[in-house]
Amino acid sequence: MARFSLHFKTILTLSWRNLWRNRRRTAIMLGAISVGVWAMIFMTALMRGMVDDMLNQGIRNLPGHIQIQHPEFLDDPNVVNSIDEAHGDLLAALKDDGGRVWANRIRVPAVIASERESRGVNLVGIEPLSETHITGLPGQIAAGRFLESNDDKGLVIGAKLAERLETRLGKRVVVMSQDPDNNIAERGFRVVGIYRAELAAQEEFNVYAARETLQKLLKIEGRVSQIVLVDDDYRDVEALYQRIAQAAPEGVEVKPWYEIDTYLAVMFNMMDGFVLVWVVIIFLALSFGLVNTLVMAVFERIREIGLIQALGMRPSLIVYQILLESLLLLLIGLFIGNLLALITIKPLEDGLDVSIVAEGMAMMGAGSVIYPSLTLYDVVLANVVVVLLGILTSILPAWRASQLDPVRALNTH
Amino acid sequence: MSSIRCRQLCKTFKQGDEIITGLDHIDLDIDEGEFVCLSGPSGSGKTTLLNAIGGLDTPDSGEIHMGNIRVDQLERGPLADMRLRHIGFVFQAYNLIPVLTAQENVEFVMEVQGLAAAERAQKARAILEEVGLEGMEDRRPAQLSGGQQQRVAVARAIVSHPDLVLADEPTANLDSVSAGHLMGLFQELNQHHRITFVISTHDKRVMRYAKRLIKMQDGKIIGDEAQES
Ligand SMILES: Nc1ncnc2c1ncn2[C@@H]1O[C@H](COP(=O)(O)OP(=O)(O)OP(=O)(O)O)[C@@H](O)[C@H]1O
Ligand SMILES: [Mg+2]
Repeated sequence: MARFSLHFKTILTLSWRNLWRNRRRTAIMLGAISVGVWAMIFMTALMRGMVDDMLNQGIRNLPGHIQIQHPEFLDDPNVVNSIDEAHGDLLAALKDDGGRVWANRIRVPAVIASERESRGVNLVGIEPLSETHITGLPGQIAAGRFLESNDDKGLVIGAKLAERLETRLGKRVVVMSQDPDNNIAERGFRVVGIYRAELAAQEEFNVYAARETLQKLLKIEGRVSQIVLVDDDYRDVEALYQRIAQAAPEGVEVKPWYEIDTYLAVMFNMMDGFVLVWVVIIFLALSFGLVNTLVMAVFERIREIGLIQALGMRPSLIVYQILLESLLLLLIGLFIGNLLALITIKPLEDGLDVSIVAEGMAMMGAGSVIYPSLTLYDVVLANVVVVLLGILTSILPAWRASQLDPVRALNTH
Repeated sequence: MSSIRCRQLCKTFKQGDEIITGLDHIDLDIDEGEFVCLSGPSGSGKTTLLNAIGGLDTPDSGEIHMGNIRVDQLERGPLADMRLRHIGFVFQAYNLIPVLTAQENVEFVMEVQGLAAAERAQKARAILEEVGLEGMEDRRPAQLSGGQQQRVAVARAIVSHPDLVLADEPTANLDSVSAGHLMGLFQELNQHHRITFVISTHDKRVMRYAKRLIKMQDGKIIGDEAQES
């Protein structure tokens, strides 16, 4: 290595000039590397954006990044499987910094009836002020208003459900459920708001009322089904999860989103693998060109390599020289490729409308607009893979060049 | 370092089914500071002998000693180092690195040897002037005539004052004035710096400068005599 650094300038000069000897070939190879790197980064950003959207939607449906509930609740969302509202240590832990949003929630099975129809639904008791960050429901109101306080007396139902019940905004409906003593709990509500969701199933099944109103109805004052929390970034909830789990009272279960919905977790975990596979596949396509370029470059200057050896350049320096030539090619290609990726992703930051294929997207749980997500990790990954594997694939041609017999090489025509 | 001793050197080449003799039991001693010319018809083994002495090609059998070193037994790396530090080469056909200028070609060996940039540049310029290439330092080989290229190669071979210069037909592309000038330069380096010269040539003008003339034929030495110069 000491030798290498000593001769670095010589080797660099040779490598750089040799690189531009066959401009056409170098240009073609640079084009291939640039486009390959662009495809790695651009497609990865789109993929990430899409999956990000799916995960966000999925988490909004749970809802929350972390849920606190009775251990039986997820299997049996019965009113008896409730917990105390946040208090004591847990309350302190929930409040200990301002950034995140949390709320007490109620969720029970119920029957909703208009004068014409009745249906089984999920009756959800919410704290309206934090709902924007938890499910985004306030943004989905299509008619009327959203609930305004924890003791609002109104009811918000989905457009689809309204249609099924043959009811509409301003009409009264009856909601019927059970209190913990198995007595019927029922009450009339006025439909104050109608929402539209991305998924029709939600519109049909989720019915929202204010938390305190439901507590009264179900005779569970002071108790709730769940406490849900939304942190800044769903990717990074582990620390918060640990802290909340510590603070939670006994007999209460604390779960992060990836344990609640394992499908989402699998999707999340597979993403990094997908990205790596994608990057490596593109690299493999590139590597054929790269090896071919180097083999040709060596072949064209066999005599020169013989000469350099004859003059006393060690075989190892010849390997370095050819590797450096390959590295220069890769670095220039990477530079252009990264630049291309940046300038093509930038204008798409406001979203790439894919509504032409929106139905397929909706089936996968994603919206019709993709927001490409360019992460440092992916960019670094693509660059590192190209440089490392690029150098690796260059070693063989470089080594073979260094093993040429100088006399025979010098006399090649 | 530069006394050369060859014992029973043999080298054959295979060309298809034919076996060609390159060197046939060569015994040769060259002392430090000698000025030797190898002559002989084409195919007599001059280049093969120079390559063997310079450690470019290994003989099939026999020994080559340079000082205390067994050249024929060195590994590739140390062999490369020996060429770099002790031998200046002028090859018969292909001499220059096309992507480097005349001056860079001359500097190349010094650069690999690890000389400082300023010293390199100064030496390279002086030697290029010496071989009559002043003003052509920045030309690439393709922009030089055959004779000029040859002179760049000679300049590179002698610039760092090696112990031994092995020159294969150094005047092949030179007019008689340049050839005379070059031989004068060789002679001066030989006399003042005790650099050993082994030169293969068909050129009578070159042979005149030799203090010792070796005649080769079919891979054998058929004549070896001292000359008055
Ligand atoms: N790599 C090789 N493969 C096959 N034969 C070779 C090879 N190198 C040399 N020879 C043969 O060995 C013999 C000696 O060749 P060499 O080049 O040493 O001759 P030379 O005296 O230098 O000739 P010239 O004056 O033409 O340069 C010749 O017959 C030549 O054809
Ligand atoms: Mg010859």
